[in-house]
Amino acid sequence: MKAGLTSNAERRSAQSHINVTRLETPFHPRIASAMREEEWYDWNGYKSAAVITDEELEYFSIRSTAALFDISPMVKYRIEGREAEAYLNRLTVRDVTRLKPGRVHYTAWCDDMGHVLDDGTLFRLAPEKFRLCCQERHLPWLLDSAIGFEVSIHEVTQDIAGLALQGPTSCAILKVLGLAGIDRLKPFDIAAYDLNGMAVTVSRTGFTGDLGYELFVAATDALRLWDALQDAGALHGLRPIGYSALNSARIEAGFIVANGDFMTSETALRADRARMPDEIGLNWMVDPEKAYFNGKAAILKARQQGTLRHVLVGLEIEGNIPAEHAIVYHGKKREAGLVSAALWSPTGKRNIAIATLQRPYGVSVNDDLWVEIYAMRELQYQKMMKRAKVVERPFVKLPRRTMTPPNDC
Amino acid sequence: MTSYDAIIIGGGHNGLVAAAMLAKSGRKVALFEAADGLGGAARGGEFHPGFRSPGLAHVLSRLHGDVVKELALVKHGLALGDTDAPTVALAADGNHLVLRGAYGDTIDGNLSAGEMTAWQALRTQLFRHAAVLKRMFDDVPPPLSSPSAMELFKLAKAGLALRFMGKVEMRDFMRMLLMPVADVANEHLTDERLKGLLGFDATLGIHLGPRSPTSLLGLYYRLACELGGIAGRQMVPVGGMAAVIGALENAARASGVTIRTGRAVGRIIIESQKAMGVVLGDGSEFRAPLAVSAISPVTTFMQLVSPRHLDTGFVRAIGNIRIKGDTSKLHLALDRVPEFSGLNAADHAGRLVIAPTSDHVERAFNPAKYGELPDEPTMEITLPGGLTKGAAQSGCVLSANIQHTPFDLRQGWESGSGALYRRVLAQLERHAPGIGKSVLGRELLSPRDIQSRYRMPGGHWHHGELQADQMMMMRPVHAASRYATPISGLYLCGAGSHPGGGISGMPGLLAARTILKGTRS
Repeated sequence: MKAGLTSNAERRSAQSHINVTRLETPFHPRIASAMREEEWYDWNGYKSAAVITDEELEYFSIRSTAALFDISPMVKYRIEGREAEAYLNRLTVRDVTRLKPGRVHYTAWCDDMGHVLDDGTLFRLAPEKFRLCCQERHLPWLLDSAIGFEVSIHEVTQDIAGLALQGPTSCAILKVLGLAGIDRLKPFDIAAYDLNGMAVTVSRTGFTGDLGYELFVAATDALRLWDALQDAGALHGLRPIGYSALNSARIEAGFIVANGDFMTSETALRADRARMPDEIGLNWMVDPEKAYFNGKAAILKARQQGTLRHVLVGLEIEGNIPAEHAIVYHGKKREAGLVSAALWSPTGKRNIAIATLQRPYGVSVNDDLWVEIYAMRELQYQKMMKRAKVVERPFVKLPRRTMTPPNDC
Repeated sequence: MTSYDAIIIGGGHNGLVAAAMLAKSGRKVALFEAADGLGGAARGGEFHPGFRSPGLAHVLSRLHGDVVKELALVKHGLALGDTDAPTVALAADGNHLVLRGAYGDTIDGNLSAGEMTAWQALRTQLFRHAAVLKRMFDDVPPPLSSPSAMELFKLAKAGLALRFMGKVEMRDFMRMLLMPVADVANEHLTDERLKGLLGFDATLGIHLGPRSPTSLLGLYYRLACELGGIAGRQMVPVGGMAAVIGALENAARASGVTIRTGRAVGRIIIESQKAMGVVLGDGSEFRAPLAVSAISPVTTFMQLVSPRHLDTGFVRAIGNIRIKGDTSKLHLALDRVPEFSGLNAADHAGRLVIAPTSDHVERAFNPAKYGELPDEPTMEITLPGGLTKGAAQSGCVLSANIQHTPFDLRQGWESGSGALYRRVLAQLERHAPGIGKSVLGRELLSPRDIQSRYRMPGGHWHHGELQADQMMMMRPVHAASRYATPISGLYLCGAGSHPGGGISGMPGLLAARTILKGTRS
């Protein structure tokens, strides 16, 4: 503190930073003016909308028209250099040599014990230029992993603004916006556009299991992009949405959320909470043919010795009461796991849940599974034991997610 | 391209032991040493015309009986003799204490009967505790997870040995294990010379002072050893360690080891996370399914393996090894045998320690914490050329370990070297007046010099601090603490591994035993 500050007011003004408890995203002015519900939450230190106008309308805009969701708080790293590919191949569990420039893949990375540090999307913007998007911050880990590689790593979370445009009319909106050839973009493709002098990177990706895109611009261009999209989407039912609606869509799509459906190994305080990819349904990512990646030896050893303890499954539960954070039982008696996310699926019209079970439940023992739901009804819990069965994820599979070119586009 | 069953990287004494052990089991073994001669830190050289240094190691106290026996070193020319060197706690006024036998069986000098009794009680206790630790230093560190039945049995035996000390003694052992050596000395002794000696011996070679917690461990390590079956013995081998290294070399050659000196390994060939051989600095390639590194773990992993083959957490752990040396080495070519005032001629053959009081040692450590040199350095002196004859035709070689001379010297070692030399010589002059005039030549190796000459990162004798957090199953890092490494087929066998440095041959022997056991089953 500066010397000579005598009054309390002076002292307080010198500490103005403590008044900013949450950062605002580059889109904040627009979201704040659309906000009716005042339902905000904290996403990585950013003030983010949980609900803007109405949760149900927002959900159905994802499935029926188009929804706009601010993904700027997502942690983003720029990774580039001669050995960027080799570096990322060592860092992550998937084979990065098979990720072509102009493509994205969903991936995960692990610590030495094979425990998942985070999952995220890896964008290959150019042969030697990548962007890694994820939930948690990892700069020390990424930098320490870079020892011995010719690669540079920078966090660009604040520099790049991102919007998810999701829903059946999203392609049409981008066409109105003037992104020529957007209809030819296949899932996980990336395209770069110049929109009236504004550089926009578009990928056909999303967290809804629907037709959808993610758009990235420099933070300084954020409001221009927002306004242009609002204009383009006016006749296509475009609606800004908050996380609650998105969360419903992602559960239907069967996607998992770090520290929601599994604990990342650096945030878990308890030793038994960390998970290997095979324990959170990401076993398909792990490429045992790859000569080496961080945690490979531990993962393969666990597979070989059969020491994997958990499995993440999709459940369909009888009735229509969401089984959020319910305990899963085998034979109504023996505890078998916990539901981490649950929903009455408006699109699938069934009661679904994502759960972590203790093996062998969910692997070789799938019959006689039950969930115990506590429904609070006028200050009294009603306890229900409901039959659950293990089902495939995604719970809702929409042909339009992958159809190229999309309909109405 | 030639192929072998095993390639040993580094021809220090541990590399030679591992090489000889593996070759003895019928394997085709090659050993590559970067320097022109074998011996590693025990490798000396001519530092002044006609004068040879003994290398870094100048006192032999822990060459393990199993190494001598298994490699038949006596048959291969090892002659320990029976000329034990006394330890002399030098006093500037000539009022020295001479500790004879195994670390002071008897003490000559002006010492009261009461103090003598107190010393014997302390000495006995220290040896009893050291014997418990010696069981652990003599074996592969226990695994922290899924131990075998044999390993559990060994742990139980170690536990029983502790219990059999008796309740009071066991409690005292637990109490003292991590104490500062100065506090333990104060509990028993009043004589400052003895306290100074204990403080010096406990911290020699590591970055601690006598008042630092855990410093007693250094003394235990020193005492947890034996030479020819007698614990606490020490010798100053005439001509340095060359005689020991010679016997090891003979043993290795006799069992068929191919030894190549002047050939530095540039990298270890790794295919699918397996060590498949080495590529030398000159590009020549040698294949082997087994690579055993006797050199620094830091060099091994960060340079020969490369971090790109290692998990990030492991690389972090290797990067965090505390490895900055604190000890410099001085060699003086003297025109005659020095005369330390008040010391009889024969005792000049001993290990002479300048550490007059415990506080003196602590004061020498204080500046080292902040990257500065002590005003009055403490040191351990030997005359490895012998008193009358030796490498130098006429004259005498003085070899000294100067403690508390930090690797990261703030003023830089370019100017620091001269400053340190002047202070060391002033200390010597105080104890052996006139010695300055008889200096014909000198060589002062700072930790930086030791790093470059002996290719040891940090210039550290032990290839990493030998302190509680870097011992046993944490040495050099947990994931490589039982000689095997995350790279299949790559093993460590140097001082950076359990139990640590000193001319013991134990890391080499235990690594070889681990390899032989693993490949047999």
